[in-house]
Amino acid sequence: MATEVAGIAPKTISMADFKGRVDPDWCPGCGDFGVLAAVQKALVELQIPKHEVATISGIGCSSNFPGFIETYGMHTLHGRALPVATGMKLANHAMTVLVTGGDGDGLGIGCNHFVHTVRRNVDLTYIVMDNQIYGLTTGQTSPTSRLGMKTKSMPYGNIENPLNPISLALAAGATFVGRGFSGDQKHLTELIRRGIEHKGFSFIDVFSPCVTYNHDNTFQWFRPRVKKLEDNAEYDPSDWSAAMEKSLLWGEEIPIGRFFERTDLPTLHGSEPVLNAGPLVHQNNRIPADVAQKFIEELM
Amino acid sequence: MSQSFAVGIGGAAGQGVATPGDIFAKIFSRRGLHLNAYNAYQSIIRGGHTFLTIRTGPQKISNTGDHLDLLIPLNQDTMDRHLRLLTAGGACLYNADLIQPGTPAEGVQLCPMPVSKMADITRNKVGQNTLAIGAALSMMGVGFPALESVLAEQFRKKDKAVIDENVNLARAGYDYATQNFKPFSWALPMTDARYAVLSGNVAMAMGGAAAGVKFYSAYPMSPATGVLHWMASHARQAEIMVRQVEDEIGVVTMAIGAAHAGVRAMCATSGGGFALMSEGMGLSAQAEIPIVVIDCQRAGPSTGVPTKTEQGDLWQMLGAGFGDYPRVIAAPLDIADCFKLIPEIFNIAEKFQCPGIVLCDLLLSEGRLSVDPKLLDFAPVIDRGELITSNGSGDHEPYQRYKITESGVSPRAIPGLPGYTHVVSSDEHDEDGVLISDEYTNSGKRRAMMEKRMRKVDGIAAAAPPPELHGPANADVTLIGWGSTYGVIQEACELLSEQGISANYLVVRWLVPLHGDAILDLLHGARHTIIVENNFSGQFARYLRSETSFVPDGNIRKYDGEPFAPHHIVEAVKEQLAGKTKLSVPTHEIMV
Repeated sequence: MATEVAGIAPKTISMADFKGRVDPDWCPGCGDFGVLAAVQKALVELQIPKHEVATISGIGCSSNFPGFIETYGMHTLHGRALPVATGMKLANHAMTVLVTGGDGDGLGIGCNHFVHTVRRNVDLTYIVMDNQIYGLTTGQTSPTSRLGMKTKSMPYGNIENPLNPISLALAAGATFVGRGFSGDQKHLTELIRRGIEHKGFSFIDVFSPCVTYNHDNTFQWFRPRVKKLEDNAEYDPSDWSAAMEKSLLWGEEIPIGRFFERTDLPTLHGSEPVLNAGPLVHQNNRIPADVAQKFIEELM
Repeated sequence: MSQSFAVGIGGAAGQGVATPGDIFAKIFSRRGLHLNAYNAYQSIIRGGHTFLTIRTGPQKISNTGDHLDLLIPLNQDTMDRHLRLLTAGGACLYNADLIQPGTPAEGVQLCPMPVSKMADITRNKVGQNTLAIGAALSMMGVGFPALESVLAEQFRKKDKAVIDENVNLARAGYDYATQNFKPFSWALPMTDARYAVLSGNVAMAMGGAAAGVKFYSAYPMSPATGVLHWMASHARQAEIMVRQVEDEIGVVTMAIGAAHAGVRAMCATSGGGFALMSEGMGLSAQAEIPIVVIDCQRAGPSTGVPTKTEQGDLWQMLGAGFGDYPRVIAAPLDIADCFKLIPEIFNIAEKFQCPGIVLCDLLLSEGRLSVDPKLLDFAPVIDRGELITSNGSGDHEPYQRYKITESGVSPRAIPGLPGYTHVVSSDEHDEDGVLISDEYTNSGKRRAMMEKRMRKVDGIAAAAPPPELHGPANADVTLIGWGSTYGVIQEACELLSEQGISANYLVVRWLVPLHGDAILDLLHGARHTIIVENNFSGQFARYLRSETSFVPDGNIRKYDGEPFAPHHIVEAVKEQLAGKTKLSVPTHEIMV
């Protein structure tokens, strides 16, 4: 099936193109506002037309994201954004695919899909707005909540060690791993831009504080702690072991930035011979008569 | 049914039951004969017991029948379990060195083969199988050249020495039988017809390819894995993207992503895998993204009996994904229908932008049937519904993905098209795709959107025909079934008729839409109605009653994992007509 495009005069793509139909319903001061702006800015910098972008989310506060940006959005099921996005990308690999969601959605219920999508090196950019809490359901412990944190579901304090998204992504074989902070928009925009440009699975964990339910890891808590890897001239993002070491740092110093990138591995869609003929959605969907005949002859 | 011939081959898993089965199937179909095959096996890779029945004849064979004409036991266990299935005129071919015969019925010919004197099979244990095949074909009146060419083909991937060895073994068996055993009184006929032989799984996979499926996702699960295997091995020639995913939740959501991008997407699983796909059904329904999911039912609940058949998932399908939403559900009637149904159900699912469910079962999925190749139509009608694939002049009203329409169908723009950006969601939404909870939940919009979606139900009802009643009018008994019991019900009606009991039948293919009123019309005036199904609680009987208040005069239910044989239904009908019971549960006489 071909999509025909009548002549559209090229124009400069601006922030206005990506403005959503409704304003975000996030709490005033929510970290996600900064992530939304950074994503829009990155797309503008890259001059990608909105109709070539798919923004896919799960369920949660940050998963409301696709409704606030004008692209081909899919607001899917809790934890299931990544397989949906994989299907979308495989069926039309000409689309720039962004996946947006939270730490509960992506690393709790969605963790299994995370690990497999990472190892498949699906060419998409996965932005996790990590606020170490389940916000939309009013404040439960999440897989990234710190040990001892008190929430409605663990009022005596979290007795479980948190998951480390950066180490997990690296161990699963992610070809681009970054971490940002909603409070440093310039840095985040640049990181997202590089993630989108990267051909392969780009994972960006963003500290995006929840002003309503997480009173521990707030903007004020993060600001003095986050340290940009880019400020260290000796840091080499092609060094996986170095990235693993940095990923384990937490406390007074928390690294943010591009932890790791490699560009030598094929993407999933790049490894699929069926896509040599171009995006699946534009391919012929009829089996040629001679091929059908062979299929039938096999049975006779 | 006209004359038929049934062969049963059994042994432990790993003894090579499948190969003789394949060889017989090829020989029968190349003689222009129909066949129907069913393999009873266990969830085990080596050992245990596996039993293959192939029934053949010049006319369509609807099931594997009530008895055997030829039994080839490859081990003692099989001899012990299955000898009783032979009736007068039948024969049992066995390795006399290893197997002791039991006492057969009167008129059954025991054919012991002194295998060690016939050939040296010390290095080739399955050589006894090839000897038996040769012997069997001599007794069936088939010329040796036919066997020789099939053997050459069966072993074409091995070297010439292997082919020669097998041909020699077959020849030895053939000659021995010619000299020592009485041939069958009914020699296997020949016709000019040519048939394709395939399983239901292969039929559904091919049906998908014919329907224009471009994306197939799967997780291995018995008995659906055969669909994945065909898809995977033919993906490059058919230009279909085939992906094995980490779990069934990923399977269905990946298919939905692909479908939203604009391709036809399909997946297949069994009851337990479908349980994981339930929320995917809801996403497909709420976001109005069409997909087709095949459920190859097996004995449940839970892990159940993975290699045994049942019709136990109907209520899972009716209730899958919670909430009210339009869907289409169909149960193929036989293996040829497994192919034909796929393009039909895709057209409905895509036209009405809803999930489509194919309720197959192990009996069809893994059974094999001869099908006229002309029925394997790779140019079916493909109707993708109201798709927007062009932005024309670029001048159009702001696009609303969920525009309220009279039919309930809102034209669907394919991602990538300029000027049509929108959001689809699992949340309730308004015409724009905006979540209604983004602008404080609006009861008016919620109601309007529910009614829009549910208007599609009427369209779906008009798109699928009601079932038909077949057989003589005013029959003594009317048998009602759904899906795979079609074949055995047909033969049961013939046998009843031969015994002076006139019978007609109504077998349901479309479960949603059910056409309850049309069914009531057809059953109006029926003398004695009996619902036949492979489950404990009468799932279809309960469904029919809930939709129409119809209560049959009786029920015949079998839920031991084995399919009905015609005599099970015939005996049950007779005991019910005699007033002995309203619920018959046939016992499976053989421990398969």
